[in-house]
Amino acid sequence: MTGEPADRIFHALADATRRDIVARVIRHAESVSALARHYPMSFAAVQKHVAVLERASLVTKERRGREQIVHADMTVLRRAARLLEAYEEIWRERVARIDQLIAED
Amino acid sequence: MPVTSIQKDVEALTLTFVAEFDAGVERVWQVWADARQLERWWGPPTWPATFEQHDFVVGGWSHYYMTGPEGEKARGWWRITALDAPHRLEFDDGFSDEHGNPIDADRPTHAVATLTADGARTRLTLVTRFVDADQLERMVNMGMEEGLREALGQIDGLLGDTGR
Repeated sequence: MTGEPADRIFHALADATRRDIVARVIRHAESVSALARHYPMSFAAVQKHVAVLERASLVTKERRGREQIVHADMTVLRRAARLLEAYEEIWRERVARIDQLIAED
Repeated sequence: MPVTSIQKDVEALTLTFVAEFDAGVERVWQVWADARQLERWWGPPTWPATFEQHDFVVGGWSHYYMTGPEGEKARGWWRITALDAPHRLEFDDGFSDEHGNPIDADRPTHAVATLTADGARTRLTLVTRFVDADQLERMVNMGMEEGLREALGQIDGLLGDTGR
């Protein structure tokens, strides 16, 4: 994941509604109109949030009849989450090495 | 278990790490202050760090490189922005080119390390703040290199196995 897509992902996830949309469609795919019923905002506003998530490749839309079904793209989501996990892992290892260094006294 | 808590804030791009060591505050301070001790823990065993400069005063610079298994070098810098020995250390942290010149001094990662005594033990609280996800990614790549791939294989991420 290079810089720009990574920035788009973090920007997309910086909004509480968008995080909630992602959490919902991870559980199961939902149409934009079904999603819109969960939030106190217009259909158009929810559609805009979905578009931001789509540009960050966090979700994909699939047309089914008149409905647009929103799916989570687990590949990209996992990569973003793993980036923070990986940084955490660096510090876990550093802490273990400090611990060892101190134990040698 | 030395690590007691970890908090990741995707929104603010911060990582807060709390660890406890079985030693006094002065002893734990030394692992930061003394370059020879610092280089024993900063880089992983496969990418050991060598600090060529470690000017441990406010405004002081550190220059280091990490050497990979193929002899390749990854260079970085620190700049100490606040010091209150032996309790508090703040520094900016970034990458350098092959000549050791900082390439991103205007967009550093900022870290605040606080050491507090807890009986005979010392609690270290480390807050790291990233400018953007790009920088976080480069930190991860530099800090882990080959270790990264291994860790990614092990960790299933925040999302675990939810709905597939």
